[in-house]
Amino acid sequence: MAMATLLAHHQPKRRSISPAPAPPRPLHSLADELLFLVLDRVAAADPRALKSFALASRACHAAESRHRRLLRPLRAGLLPAALARYPSASRLDLSLCPRVPDATLAAVSASAAPSLRAIDLSRSRGFGAAGLAALAAACPDLADLDLANGVHLGDAAAAEVARMRRLQRLSLSRCKAVTDMGLGCVAVGCPDLRDLSLKWCLGVTDLGIQLLALKCKKLRTLNLSYTMITKDCFPAIMKLPDLEVLELMGCVGIDDDALCSLEKDRNKSLQVLDISNCQNVTEVGVSSLVKSTPNLLELNLSHCCPVTPSLVSGFQRIAKLRTLKLEGCKFMADGLKAIGRSCVSIMELSLSRSSGVTDTELSFVVSRLKNLLKLDITCCRNITDVSLAAITSSCTSLISLRMESCGHVSSKGLQLIGKRCCHLEELDLTDSDLDDEGLKALTGCSKLSSLKVGICLRISDEGLTYIGNSCPELRDIDLYRSGGISDDGVTQIAQGCLMLESINLSYCTRITDRSLMSLSKCAQLHTLEIRGCPRVSSSGISEIAMGCRLLSKLDIKKCFEINDAGMLYLSQFSHSLRQHMRLAEHDHCTFSGYYT
Amino acid sequence: MSSCSSPWKSTMDGNQNDICGQSANLTSNPLYYQFGLDNPLFGMGIQQPFPPSTSPFGASSSTNIPHMDWKPAMMLDNLTFIEEKIRQVKDVIRSMVDNGGQLPGRTGDIVQQQQAVNADLTCLIVQLISTAGSLLPSLKNSSFLSHPPAGHMDMANHVGSSSSMVPYTTISEENNEDTKDGDEGGDAGMDGENLLPGSYELLQLEKDEILAPHTHFCSICGKGFKRDANLRMHMRGHGDEYKSPAALAKPPRDASTEHAMVKRYSCPFVGCKRNKLHKNFQPLKTILCMKNHYKRSHCEKSYTCSQCHTKKFSVLADLKTHEKHCGHVKWLCSCGTSFSRKDKLFAHVALFQGHTPALPSEESKVSDQVGRVGSHQEPAKLTSSMGSFMWDNSSGDDTVLDIKGLDSCGDDFLSTANFGSFNFSFGPLDEIKGNPSEGSFAMLPSEHFQSVREKGEN
Repeated sequence: MAMATLLAHHQPKRRSISPAPAPPRPLHSLADELLFLVLDRVAAADPRALKSFALASRACHAAESRHRRLLRPLRAGLLPAALARYPSASRLDLSLCPRVPDATLAAVSASAAPSLRAIDLSRSRGFGAAGLAALAAACPDLADLDLANGVHLGDAAAAEVARMRRLQRLSLSRCKAVTDMGLGCVAVGCPDLRDLSLKWCLGVTDLGIQLLALKCKKLRTLNLSYTMITKDCFPAIMKLPDLEVLELMGCVGIDDDALCSLEKDRNKSLQVLDISNCQNVTEVGVSSLVKSTPNLLELNLSHCCPVTPSLVSGFQRIAKLRTLKLEGCKFMADGLKAIGRSCVSIMELSLSRSSGVTDTELSFVVSRLKNLLKLDITCCRNITDVSLAAITSSCTSLISLRMESCGHVSSKGLQLIGKRCCHLEELDLTDSDLDDEGLKALTGCSKLSSLKVGICLRISDEGLTYIGNSCPELRDIDLYRSGGISDDGVTQIAQGCLMLESINLSYCTRITDRSLMSLSKCAQLHTLEIRGCPRVSSSGISEIAMGCRLLSKLDIKKCFEINDAGMLYLSQFSHSLRQHMRLAEHDHCTFSGYYT
Repeated sequence: MSSCSSPWKSTMDGNQNDICGQSANLTSNPLYYQFGLDNPLFGMGIQQPFPPSTSPFGASSSTNIPHMDWKPAMMLDNLTFIEEKIRQVKDVIRSMVDNGGQLPGRTGDIVQQQQAVNADLTCLIVQLISTAGSLLPSLKNSSFLSHPPAGHMDMANHVGSSSSMVPYTTISEENNEDTKDGDEGGDAGMDGENLLPGSYELLQLEKDEILAPHTHFCSICGKGFKRDANLRMHMRGHGDEYKSPAALAKPPRDASTEHAMVKRYSCPFVGCKRNKLHKNFQPLKTILCMKNHYKRSHCEKSYTCSQCHTKKFSVLADLKTHEKHCGHVKWLCSCGTSFSRKDKLFAHVALFQGHTPALPSEESKVSDQVGRVGSHQEPAKLTSSMGSFMWDNSSGDDTVLDIKGLDSCGDDFLSTANFGSFNFSFGPLDEIKGNPSEGSFAMLPSEHFQSVREKGEN
């Protein structure tokens, strides 16, 4: 029972949950539909509340059992009991159970869970074809199955999957042992497939893909990243009538020859195309690809080929293009300017880690792209205040600006961001020259929800006070290695941003237990990173453990003052912590969730 | 005929006798059956051909390699024998004419008689060649060594015009008439120089030439080779003069052949699309194409797969290709159909609704592997079904024909005992071995040699 309510949060005292403390009789008179609506609202406000409700009475317990749709057990062994209690659960998330033996899956069939529609086995191991066979027999209506990371699954398992006739979404990512035979079984057995991921399925070749494209005509999303496909399967894929998303990341078998052969068969349904990391694709291939996909909304050419003016001018053919990702590309002369001329409609542009991005070209581009909402210029180290002035003056509606490691931008330039772009919701200024004046300018950005100002050595408590006072919606703040801040600043943030969910205070060596005490008032906090804060002790951790009951990720490595006392509190109160690893007493202690 | 002339000759005879013992093997051989049992005429023909009284072989019982002691008396003996042989063949043909009038329906017999006649003619050729060959070492002609074909021609002039049939010589087209008497089957469409108005030169070989396993023959012992280079290697055993770099070198390309037109080939089978008389004639590109085409399309499929016992092939390479995959059912459909290739299975699955690829069970995989291991040993045995055999009169006094099946997978010398090969002893014959395994045993006409030579050079 406890494991079924993973995101639990113990109530210090029972809050006034309107129907909960009512006697059984009034609850009976309430229609289930209405009751469920109420429960939905309660659960949205406080996930812990549902458990309290269930414990109120038999009727409440029964109602809660009927209400729950999602099961996320912590241990696979309790699965039969959970299924017995929650007969109407439609989604089963086993991502917290690293080991799910065949017997467990057989138990699912024994407990007869015909209502199950979705099962997530992406982080589980230990099961094989036999378990999947039991699952297929028990859940004939299964529509969503995630078998990602099933490196142990082979064709036999795929053949069992093929018995789930109504499957609409299937992930076989990293099922490296699955070959064309297994895929052929799936293609024939699951004609309703809409979303299929074959990422890293190295055993799959063109033959299997061709059969898939022939048999599963309803496919909308197809992920073929890092597979060994070549041009032979392209015509078949392009003939899929409803295909909207096609991901071909890192397909070394795809070259210009393959893309040029597409010119004949156009695909008007394709909206999202990702050919990043395709090393053998050059400008020629991309140009012909663009011709064959006129309705593209999103194009990802990261780490693909040099960006030249002629390549970009071809983008004029895709008038609806909204998102263009050119991460890690080499920009030739005037390549970036051509984007300003050809892709006026794009709203999201990513140029991170690209070489050849200069002030003049970037200024020209942003002056043309009036609709730009998101801009990523991470690690464009050549740009200066000139670019930033152009960005802030042209793109005033920007909601996301990521400019980590833009070292040539001065603090004066950074002040422009806050002054002009007041719609910003996400701002990444990591490793910049930001100072308190810059943070003061951000007071105009009241919608700011994510602020990353790590390695900004000039900011201090004063700046954080501005943020705490003016950004009530802040959910995520990164103060990694910001050596100038102390307890006062963190307290201001904690008091001003009650919605705070994630905070990174790693290597802020001046903070003490006082910071943690103030942060314990942020009930929504689920991620806390205080690695390398030597002045934090067990008492601070105990405050966090009692106050932030949703805490699921905690990094206290190199916090040498934290000892067993803190651990005891954590083990008692923080049921949501995903991984609990202790290296040595008075030594390196790590509580961090690697499963994110 | 006295015993064998050389040590390795005797071992060969031993092998033959061993194989002879396998009577079951022999009777299963269709060719053997054809010759040995069904054809009385053949028997008649072969009781006569080498009467001991007229045999020239007695004198040459002590032949050695190289055969140096050429004697005019022996030459005379040989020529006498040839004369007598020709007379015998004439008799046989005459009787054939008579028999043909009486039994017009029995075409099979006639074919066999033709084969017998061809066998006799082969003996004649063999005799001629060996007679001429005995001359060779004594000539000591330096020009021969540097220009082997020319040397042959010189030597052939000593023996007579008929010796121009000596294989390995370049016989010009003008010499065609010389070969006519030996060419029994080459009556129709034998004018291989039929130059079509097209841009290529069209050649048509006869059935027997196509089926001949060897195209290069030793002028001394008559052993046949598939490659010119192998013949040159072989020639080293016949004396030091063949060991010189000039003799071992690849013969220079003829200037005339370099500028010759592109050659194309026509199948001798009338009615075949590859035959030049066909309305939609499509020529074959190389002589190898033609050989394989003829065997595949117009010959009996004598190679049976030892795995499935159903698939038959007429080209050995086809059998081997098949045996690589036979019994190796890897790709299965849910409907039970099996495929040897994955793309075929997927095409099948794509075509039929509801069919799905079926995964092979573990046991079948194991048995597949076992089966494959077994199949690797089979082809060697199968070659014995090639039906090669020899006959000779070396048993001497009683002149009883020995029919000896040859296991052609045996040593190299034995494997030459196939159709169209001449198995000579060294120098003047003490044994004559012909191998009329495939019907008419035609003289190898000049175009054939020419084309083969060109092929070898290219």
